[in-house]
Amino acid sequence: MTDTLTPVAAPPALSATRGAISRTLASRPALMTYILLVLLILASTMVPRFAQPRTATFLLLDVVATLLMAMPMTLVMITGDIDLSVASVAGLSSAVMGVLFTGGMPFGGVVLICLLVGLACGLFNGLFTAYVGLPALAVTIGTLALFRGLALVVIGDNAVSNFPPAASAYATGSFGATGIPLVMLPVGLIIVAFAVVLHMTPFGRTLFAMGHSMEAARFVGVNTKRARLLTLMSSGLVSALAGVFWTLRYSSARSDNATGLELVVIAAVVLGGVSVFGGKGSIWGSVCGVLIIGVINYALRLNRIPEVVLVTITGLLLIISVVAPSVVASWSAWRHRRRRAREIDSTITTAGALSA
Amino acid sequence: MTDTQTALPRADIAASARTRRRWNPRSLLSKRESPVVLALLLLVLFTYLANPRFLAPQGLKDLMLNATIMMIMAAGQALIISTRSVDLSVGSALGLTAFLTGTLFATYPSIPIIVVFLAGIAMGAGLGAINGLLVTTARVPAMVITLGTLYVFRGVNSWWAGSTQYFAGDRPDAFGNLSVSLLVGIPIITIIAIIVIAVVTLFQRYSRSGRDLYAIGSDPDAAIVYGIPVGRRVFTAFVTNGALVGLAGVLYASRFNSVGAVTGTGLELQVVAAAVVGGVAIVGGVGTAAGAAIGALLLTTITGALTSVGVDKFWQQAVVGGLILASILIDRLATLRRARNLRKATS
Amino acid sequence: MSSTSRGRLSLKVGAILFAASLALTACGATVNDSPASPDTSAGTDASPTENAGGGDLSITFIPKQLNNPYTDVVLGGGKKGAEEAGFTTSNVVGPLDASASSQVSFINAETQAGTSVIVIAANDPDAVCAALKEARAGGAKIVAFDSDANPDCRDVFVSQVVAKDVATIQLEMISEQIGGKGDIAILSATANATNQNEWIKFMEEELASNPDYKDIKLVSKVYGDDDDTKSFQEAQGLMQANPNLKGIISPTTVGIAATARYLSTSEYKGKVALTGLGLPNEMRSFVKDGTVKEFALWDPAQLGYVSAYAGKALADGTITGKSGDKFTAGDMGEREVGENGIIIVGPPVRFNADNIDKYDF
Repeated sequence: MTDTLTPVAAPPALSATRGAISRTLASRPALMTYILLVLLILASTMVPRFAQPRTATFLLLDVVATLLMAMPMTLVMITGDIDLSVASVAGLSSAVMGVLFTGGMPFGGVVLICLLVGLACGLFNGLFTAYVGLPALAVTIGTLALFRGLALVVIGDNAVSNFPPAASAYATGSFGATGIPLVMLPVGLIIVAFAVVLHMTPFGRTLFAMGHSMEAARFVGVNTKRARLLTLMSSGLVSALAGVFWTLRYSSARSDNATGLELVVIAAVVLGGVSVFGGKGSIWGSVCGVLIIGVINYALRLNRIPEVVLVTITGLLLIISVVAPSVVASWSAWRHRRRRAREIDSTITTAGALSA
Repeated sequence: MTDTQTALPRADIAASARTRRRWNPRSLLSKRESPVVLALLLLVLFTYLANPRFLAPQGLKDLMLNATIMMIMAAGQALIISTRSVDLSVGSALGLTAFLTGTLFATYPSIPIIVVFLAGIAMGAGLGAINGLLVTTARVPAMVITLGTLYVFRGVNSWWAGSTQYFAGDRPDAFGNLSVSLLVGIPIITIIAIIVIAVVTLFQRYSRSGRDLYAIGSDPDAAIVYGIPVGRRVFTAFVTNGALVGLAGVLYASRFNSVGAVTGTGLELQVVAAAVVGGVAIVGGVGTAAGAAIGALLLTTITGALTSVGVDKFWQQAVVGGLILASILIDRLATLRRARNLRKATS
Repeated sequence: MSSTSRGRLSLKVGAILFAASLALTACGATVNDSPASPDTSAGTDASPTENAGGGDLSITFIPKQLNNPYTDVVLGGGKKGAEEAGFTTSNVVGPLDASASSQVSFINAETQAGTSVIVIAANDPDAVCAALKEARAGGAKIVAFDSDANPDCRDVFVSQVVAKDVATIQLEMISEQIGGKGDIAILSATANATNQNEWIKFMEEELASNPDYKDIKLVSKVYGDDDDTKSFQEAQGLMQANPNLKGIISPTTVGIAATARYLSTSEYKGKVALTGLGLPNEMRSFVKDGTVKEFALWDPAQLGYVSAYAGKALADGTITGKSGDKFTAGDMGEREVGENGIIIVGPPVRFNADNIDKYDF
């Protein structure tokens, strides 16, 4: 009989590592869900007064703006872009809302115009990024300043506060015993809509493809420019909606509303599994990311832990969330290599024993 | 088979060498930094014509002083961006080093000023090392890591400072006077900034490790294949940036009144914007520290210019945003044209 | 092998975390004092067991922002007052930035915690209103101090001095310092701060009506947002845009300190008068080097002290916030609630080179 050694396949170290990373992130939403549930359990039992319907109201109202902005941000970042101007669009929308309403326009018309303004901002971002070809990071740093500046021009130093009581009540009210805010209904619908688009439509799949390789997607026939434009426009639209909500919730239309929120949104979606390089992420992961940060902040604030601790924890969470998968991947790749090496050794020994 | 390679005849080689040696004014205009320098000169000119007080001694001094801190930070950021990374933690790092300066002076009133400078720079370098370590070992995008350290450093600053604030009166007059006294008409802290930025620019262009940074930014995979120690270079870039931010923090304490828990909040995006305006492409591989510094000078000057001309201050931020967009647009168009010319020249 | 093992790894991690949390739950269950009470409707019925009259009284101060030296002095006085007045616990919570909406989360947390008295300095009188109303519905008493909220949402407002006096004293000082005529400007805090806008309004009225000030013109109002760097730059902008400016009034401690720093490092030192409301410790070096001749303030600690006592009086039912109610504010003596639920602490104090060394705040 021929001495046939079953050829040991060369350990594909590099692709195994990359495969491991992508699979870790694929099950990221599951991990995020566990963490969120664990946090809720811990908070309910260890923080007094956390397990009340009132918590649901206050906590959810606190995170609605971030949650809304995180939805299109997920899509934008999956395609490899980024949108730093979301908070400024919200501020501009708030300023426009205040000025138009004081001017006497009916409330419905005001909200419609604010949403159109947001759409226009998204269009602006999209045109410069996708069609002119400028990097999204640079463009949205510019529009971050531009839109915030326009908000200042529109409303100046003033603050408008007398909005229709019905609208304010809707923004802050909740469903009776459960404590869940009334606005969670439209917000929930928006989340579901984004989830459907991203995970269940061909369009969503092309977004992932674009994130992996824009060139390859283009060769396959995907209209990448239009896709990027659409994601950025959706970002503008939803950010404007978040601005409207913010204004109603705090009864205050000001030019500095929602300042700094863009970094919180990015931190939340990255925590939830979105990769800055593009090509990875999920809506549910982003929702979990926002809620995890929200629950931690709320629970600690309820315990009167100083703001500084909250801020540090957010930062550490973010760092751990990106460093951990990398560490896990290299550890398992190392283990994989050792196992293969041992297998090779044992095969060689066996073969040696056979041939001896 | 005939060798179709076109070899330049010897006469042509000599001729091209001659043209290269002759100073070509066109090459000056096509440098990356030209648009921003031009914009700065035009801005200053028009504002002076509208309000001569803009360039009065006090006005000039204010211009230079306002820009100094941003210039140093933008120069450091240029190093990072050229490697296709970004450092978002610079604002928080500045706050920490500024507070360190305040604490040192308040606790040891007779401490030599140079020691405080060294301490600030060392702390900044240490913070930069933390960033560099995380970025190089974890193999994760720098934007995310530095976003995390932005929060962590700010948290540490708030925890350390609490509600303590140190004011100009807690620091020796000699230190505060660095922002007041002039040397050849330029404030001392600005001179420090100019020297440092010049050193960094020369390092970027003429030293081996500096040029490696450009290579890493242009094509990271090729850089690895070529044998460049990418990890070490990027780590050094972060440490250098940190040291520069540390210096900026010390100078901040000299110029402004209070240092405390919220010092430096929000500076990071301005610094990145300044670098981008100054010709440092966000995709990496091009741009100098000097260009970034001029970008910072332009952005800070705009604010002062608009005030001098009497433009409603509400327009200032919108103008700054528009300027950032215009500069990246111009940069892009210039790059496209350069690429087209290159294709025409080689085809 | 790898794909399922990856999924399994996260499942394992999840299971471990789950088990650990259950274990902690078992241990921590005994620590929990108030069990999850199924409230019927949001906000109308709260279960603050601490507030059942005569029981533990708690007070929480919510300033405009933390890490502000002036606020710290006020809070120090407040803490002392709370102890003396008989509160069991006193807390300080607050945002790191003085923005309109950041205070709302803290008010909500207090509502949920069932705090008896909330003492708040509002960044924006209307943004905090809804949250304060919910707190009141839950049984808390609301004392506004330093910067008023909308009168509908608070029980009393403790003001450091009569608002008009603050305005007139600053005008007096600037008029003395610029010789009765010239252009002046105001460098304020945030554009919406209630107290700032009230003082500025009185100043403008006084300038228009008082014949002594007929040669003084207010040419500009800028806002430094109580941020040191921004105030510094606004001061710079003022001098650039108004070359003939003779004096600057800055009715905010952060603003006056930043402006003093700018003036003392520039050619305007001694030529442009600066006055306003400042903290002696912050301003001492500027008074000594001649940048500032005189400025005013009051003892901020008294503000906190009286607020704490007012809160106690409300919680005890001694006063309800109606005009005419009287209560005793510890060492400060008897205080009466005036129009619109306003309580005054005392008259302002002028600080200059002669007396500034006597104060330490």
